[in-house]
Amino acid sequence: MLVKLSARGLRALSETSRAPFVARITETPALPEAARSKLLLLLSGEASDFPPGFRGYLLRQAARPLAPKDTYLLGADHTYLRDGDVVRIDPVRGTVSALYRANSRSNTFLVTERCDNFCVMCSQPPKDHDDGWLVDDIERAIPLISPDATEIGITGGEPALLGERLVRLLVLLREHLPRTGVHVLSNGRRFSDAGFARAVGDVRHPDLMIGIPLYSDLAEEHDYVVQAKGAFDETVRGILNLKRRRVRVELRFVIHRETVERMPEFARFVAKNLTFLDHVALMGLEHVGFARTNLEALWIDPVDYQRPLREAVLTLDRAGMATSIYNHQLCVLDPTLHRFARKSISDWKNVYVEVCQTCRRKEECGGFFTSSAVKRSRGISPYG
Amino acid sequence: MARAVFHPRSAYAPSAGYRLLPLRFGRLDEHAYIVTNDVGEYVRLARDELVAFLERRLDSDTSVYKALKSRHFLYENDSSVAFDLLALKYRSRAERVAAFTGLHIFVVTLRCDHSCQYCQVSRQSEDSTAFDMTVEHADKALDLVFRSPNEHIKIELQGGEPLLNFPLVCHIVERARKLNEDHRRDLQFVITSNLSRLSDDVLSFCKEHGVYLSTSLDGPADLHDGQRPTRGGGSHRKTVEGIHRVREVLGLDRISALMTTTPRSLSRVDEIIDEYVRLGFHGIFLRSLSPYGFAARSLVKRYGVEDWLDFYKRGLSHILRINAGGYFLREEFTTILLQKMFSPLGSGYVDLQSPAGVGIGALVYNYDGAVYASDEGRMLAEMGDQTFRLGHLDEHSYEELLTSEALLAPLGETILEGMPMCADCPFLPYCGADPVFHRATQGDAVGHKAFSAFCTKQMGVLRHVIGLLETDAEARDILLRWV
Ligand code: SF4
Ligand code: SF4
Repeated sequence: MLVKLSARGLRALSETSRAPFVARITETPALPEAARSKLLLLLSGEASDFPPGFRGYLLRQAARPLAPKDTYLLGADHTYLRDGDVVRIDPVRGTVSALYRANSRSNTFLVTERCDNFCVMCSQPPKDHDDGWLVDDIERAIPLISPDATEIGITGGEPALLGERLVRLLVLLREHLPRTGVHVLSNGRRFSDAGFARAVGDVRHPDLMIGIPLYSDLAEEHDYVVQAKGAFDETVRGILNLKRRRVRVELRFVIHRETVERMPEFARFVAKNLTFLDHVALMGLEHVGFARTNLEALWIDPVDYQRPLREAVLTLDRAGMATSIYNHQLCVLDPTLHRFARKSISDWKNVYVEVCQTCRRKEECGGFFTSSAVKRSRGISPYG
Repeated sequence: MARAVFHPRSAYAPSAGYRLLPLRFGRLDEHAYIVTNDVGEYVRLARDELVAFLERRLDSDTSVYKALKSRHFLYENDSSVAFDLLALKYRSRAERVAAFTGLHIFVVTLRCDHSCQYCQVSRQSEDSTAFDMTVEHADKALDLVFRSPNEHIKIELQGGEPLLNFPLVCHIVERARKLNEDHRRDLQFVITSNLSRLSDDVLSFCKEHGVYLSTSLDGPADLHDGQRPTRGGGSHRKTVEGIHRVREVLGLDRISALMTTTPRSLSRVDEIIDEYVRLGFHGIFLRSLSPYGFAARSLVKRYGVEDWLDFYKRGLSHILRINAGGYFLREEFTTILLQKMFSPLGSGYVDLQSPAGVGIGALVYNYDGAVYASDEGRMLAEMGDQTFRLGHLDEHSYEELLTSEALLAPLGETILEGMPMCADCPFLPYCGADPVFHRATQGDAVGHKAFSAFCTKQMGVLRHVIGLLETDAEARDILLRWV
């Protein structure tokens, strides 16, 4: 899920720029003047003067008059902003949105909301409109991000619909953030164009992984889940093309009522045909987006699919494939599967329920998505 | 958000009708048939299902239809990615042929201090150096070893008893490692020894150079000593002591053991296996006796392949029981076949390749400088049949040896896909060609499979293993862990 941090609540205290702009926040007023022009100075205390030369000023508390151009008072929702964050300011609409947060392990860029799949459990339902401005902002943001950033996610919609622009984005990331891992979530279909897959491979990004969902060993089953005829063939060809170009690929499988039945056969298929994949992620259903809309049809209690899940995981593991289970509470997983369970990295979206308070293994357990309060497994029970 | 409209499953159903992809089929047992394809996938099915499938009237709602589709035995007009995947899998399996010779066997001496009944070639004159390989020949052979393009090179030091010519063993290992400073291959050494001469010097040498050891262990003491007599006796005791010392000095995984099945072993498979467990081994290779060497020939006549199959099946069920009890023990021959079924790269076992692994899988440098296409080919030569002699280190270059008629002819003849009976056999993807065996038993590298004990053994083992995989969930679980 994506961090939606573009709450309004920016009050201009001086003359403003007309067009939206992207800048990095600093909290160091003493920076040499030559380094200031692209930075927004964030002032927390009751600053008495404005060091000159910054792109703009963000104040946590109302200040004196005579503020320089582009000085804004932050609303109460923006207390999280801090040094190193990269934000987009829209003076006309009076909004600030965080494109990059320095204290988060993983930041995600939504590069488009368009998609050529229409998955029955999509967590980020696609919208068909021209949203090229999203990438404009990201292209501006990347050079402002600290090269110490651990990981950046690229998500959509379908990022590969950007075509050449996605390739340029990867080049930009490699140039400015060579030590930052990049994880792209794609449906893989566009990479069935070998030339496009080659272009992505030719970027030679040092730490790139493309996560691609595949939901069945049978074309019609996958096509149904993603609601697109012919998607299976394109996705599989896309995966093969990317691997031919030595791009790392992770396979992503969401477990729900429409995918659970062939899970063991699916795993067998993957182990036999796609052994060279770099990672397989088996994920529980997040109750957001279409998954929420279709929850009655898609929900299956994890307790009821432990057998096929176990068989699938063991098949993949025996084939030597790196396999992980995400979004599952420890207590609903078959004990033999615990060693495959991963705690989701974006821990801000995890919560626990009452019974968890006494649970001995709460530290290792991923808990629940904030969004998963709707349906809960009957298998939840604390470890004593 | 506007209300999303989702289409039902039926909207994505493939159009009616399907076509067959390349396949072979045959009877598995009284109850079932099996179809296999060139990449090693299989589906077990009932006769009426098979007939309906082949007549292209199998109902697409059935689970057997879905299995056949998932495993690339059929395709529909709507999806053609099966071809991409089949091609990829086929290439992966066939890559081994291009990798070329990985196993290089040096017969450093024919001398031996044992006089085993089933031994094909050894000489007991322990002090005559007439049966030792010379340094010159060893050096020439090493040059050939590195001519092979294979990334993974295994040098096996064999005899006779190779430790009777330990100085040459040292020379070969040291020189190979020196040469490898330039060649940078993944280089492995293994000494095949009865361990009677295992000294501290040998152990520290093996430790220094990372050399593995392989020994013979036929089972409990009376059985082992009965078929592996030495002057002064006590072969079993010395072997067991040797195993323990190797493990102490070099580490647990550095020694493996091989057994040979003789008529006397037949009734004692459980005891043989238990002996391996008692000694802490986690692998055992239930091997049948090869029909080479004079004594062996008469032994082979005393038991048939059916006896061995019975021995194997009893052994396998004992091994499965041991695994079910919590001790990991795998049967190596079964494992090779399972790899051919489930591993994308198949198995590199030289005796089950197509074309045969002769020369391109293994090369043998004999003590006298002769070069053979396989170890069995060398043994056959000791019986007077020079069919698999490729040439001599003093007389022939690498190119001459590897393009000799003695190699090209059997390679050309032993591509299973073109061999009578094999070409139509459902077990082909899990089988291989053994030209030396067929030459020895039928006088011809291809042979007539209907009369071939090799074929009977393959079919027997494969039917049994696939039967277990398909009908015994607990056995399947254990077997799959071996891959
Ligand atoms: S009781 Fe709560 S914390 Fe414990 S394993 Fe279950 S979900 Fe996790
Ligand atoms: S040797 Fe026998 S089992 Fe093997 S492929 Fe040929 S016919 Fe089949």
